[in-house]
Amino acid sequence: MRTVDLARTSLRELNAELHRQTEGANETGFVVLNPRGGHAIAVGIDAPVDVQIKGSVGYYCAGMNKKASVTVHGSAGPGVAENMMSGRVVVMGDASQYAGATGRGGLLVIEGNASSRCGISMKGIDIVVRGNIGHMSAFMAQSGNLVVLGDAGDALGDSIYEARLFVRGKVKRLGADCIEKEMRAEHHEALAKLLEAAGIRGVASTEFRRYGSARKLYNFNIDNADAY
Amino acid sequence: MTYHNPPTTPRFSSTFDAYTLSEIRRAAATGIYDIRGGGAKRKIPHFDDLLFLGASMSRYPLEGYREKCGTNVVLGSRFAKKPVELKIPITIAGMSFGSLSAQAKEALGRGASIAGTSTTTGDGGMTPEERGQSKTLVYQYLPSRYGMNPDDLRKADCIEVVVGQGAKPGGGGMLLGQKISDRVAEMRNLPKGIDQRSACRHPDWTGPDDLEIKIMELREITDWEKPIYVKIGGARPYYDVALAVKAGADVVVVDGMQGGTAATQEVFIEHVGQPTLACIRPAVQALQDLGMHRKVQLVVSGGIRNGADVAKALALGADAVAIGTAALVALGDNDPALEPEYKKLNTTAGAYDDWHEGQDPAGITTQTPELAARLDPVRAGRRLANYLKVMTLEAQTIARAAGHNHVHNLEPEDLCALTIEAAAMARVPLAGTSWIPGQGGV
Ligand SMILES: Cc1cc2nc3c(=O)[nH]c(=O)nc-3n(C[C@H](O)[C@H](O)[C@H](O)COP(=O)(O)O)c2cc1C
Repeated sequence: MRTVDLARTSLRELNAELHRQTEGANETGFVVLNPRGGHAIAVGIDAPVDVQIKGSVGYYCAGMNKKASVTVHGSAGPGVAENMMSGRVVVMGDASQYAGATGRGGLLVIEGNASSRCGISMKGIDIVVRGNIGHMSAFMAQSGNLVVLGDAGDALGDSIYEARLFVRGKVKRLGADCIEKEMRAEHHEALAKLLEAAGIRGVASTEFRRYGSARKLYNFNIDNADAY
Repeated sequence: MTYHNPPTTPRFSSTFDAYTLSEIRRAAATGIYDIRGGGAKRKIPHFDDLLFLGASMSRYPLEGYREKCGTNVVLGSRFAKKPVELKIPITIAGMSFGSLSAQAKEALGRGASIAGTSTTTGDGGMTPEERGQSKTLVYQYLPSRYGMNPDDLRKADCIEVVVGQGAKPGGGGMLLGQKISDRVAEMRNLPKGIDQRSACRHPDWTGPDDLEIKIMELREITDWEKPIYVKIGGARPYYDVALAVKAGADVVVVDGMQGGTAATQEVFIEHVGQPTLACIRPAVQALQDLGMHRKVQLVVSGGIRNGADVAKALALGADAVAIGTAALVALGDNDPALEPEYKKLNTTAGAYDDWHEGQDPAGITTQTPELAARLDPVRAGRRLANYLKVMTLEAQTIARAAGHNHVHNLEPEDLCALTIEAAAMARVPLAGTSWIPGQGGV
């Protein structure tokens, strides 16, 4: 276990060290102290290391993560786990805007609430939020799953493509081309797996509703112009 | 008494000209705006409205074939550990795989590499063909983030954060269903055959303060090795360039309104943005005011066609230029030899711009395998390299005639303008006078 104190070590040194880790490296556990809301902490990792960040982080923590498991013991600023490829990112507190934006794979778990534009343009990532999410979440979401145990804000899933949205609480309003869809057996199964992967117990898949694309805006049609 | 009423010649309106009338009829018939490729087609003040003075009594020229005239340019010297050095100041602009065939992308890489310059990916990600054939490859970071991944980011030589494009400052992208092949769909994580809209804003930042943090993140991910460009459309060049510099760019790319696009609304292409000529001096002034001219490099694009345009852009203060449309023409786009096929598409060679429809007989702006196979990437790459060589020789010819041993030594003082408009935009005197109109603001 290696401890890096950002009060004494620069961000550059921390990230460079994390980038030196490759598959099968000796050092697999990192503890980061005094993150103090700093930006771009633990970005661009490409190895199955475990990083425990003891405090809150600023923008883009764990951006473009591959294979690593990153836990923020605090809250995260905008764009946490943006464009994540694989691995696991957990935020113990709340997350600001654009959590998991454009993510392609892996699992992002937010124990608190997520702000607006959670899962914007997501492309394969799975996101599980224990609390609520803000407006314009899953905007233009292409694929992957967004699971929300609380409520969703305005314009959920606007211009959504093939991503699946599961919300347990209320949805303030659905965005353009986003509709409620039937929960079939396959969805219950997938959702139950996601909840388990996120370490969430005592919540059943039957408590959720599913939302997705009506696929009406997939090819331009003048009669739909008002929806744009 | 009867009057003889002699017939008058039928008179057409210059306000309601033939194109305008046809566009009204088209809109009435279809109910949808016109989408097309290419750049602004109307006549606007451009490099043709400038002339070089040449050497005379007070300046002496360099010998055409004997005395050296350098053309190399270093991009990214501000922060990047690995700046790139190009042999010529003419680069290939970002054009997406999706809008262009894989063969066309490969040809661009081949041509650029032979000529010693860089090429650029586009909205749709990096293809192995393109990476393999490009000695220096700039990887675009766009709002859609189609195909974006850290492996390709690390394979790139430079990263270009695209804020806007001259053809459509403030607009997103569009790739219509007919061009979404299996491969394009897979790279973009979307179903085949549906229209793909690219957002007009980045999903995870807005404004220059966020951009500064975004650039820092990209540098951290790539260990501060790669030059980071910021590309902006010609909207408010003075302030936009200043903010890009503040956000930490190594290189700023300014794309004027004549800049090409793969597919955008005609109304956007023709009515939004400032002419390339009007963008350069404000951009240079922003760099000078910040003490960053030649430290942060300026790349100018939008309607660059020949060595004279290159020389004029450099004389006005750019470090390099980028070409899109002209590179496609060098590969074989709009070739009159294909006239019978253009006729079938209800157009004519030289005017074909329905690139979004994917039926390009030249095999360049298409994803249809039979059409794309018509373009031989090796031959087309060779043609592009030839063209780049000619442009470079032309720019050198002008620089030598003006007495400069490097194209970067060209300066505004070498120029005069043919029109008052061009004089005001380029901030050089109207020919035969010492008058530079429009001074007193930025
Ligand atoms: C077919 C085509 C595709 C383009 N795709 C992109 C793109 O993906 N990203 C981008 O920033 N600019 C794109 N552009 C704009 C070019 O990068 C460049 O700004 C423009 O072509 C320069 O003007 P020029 O065509 O007059 O040389 C595209 C242009 C064309 C012609």
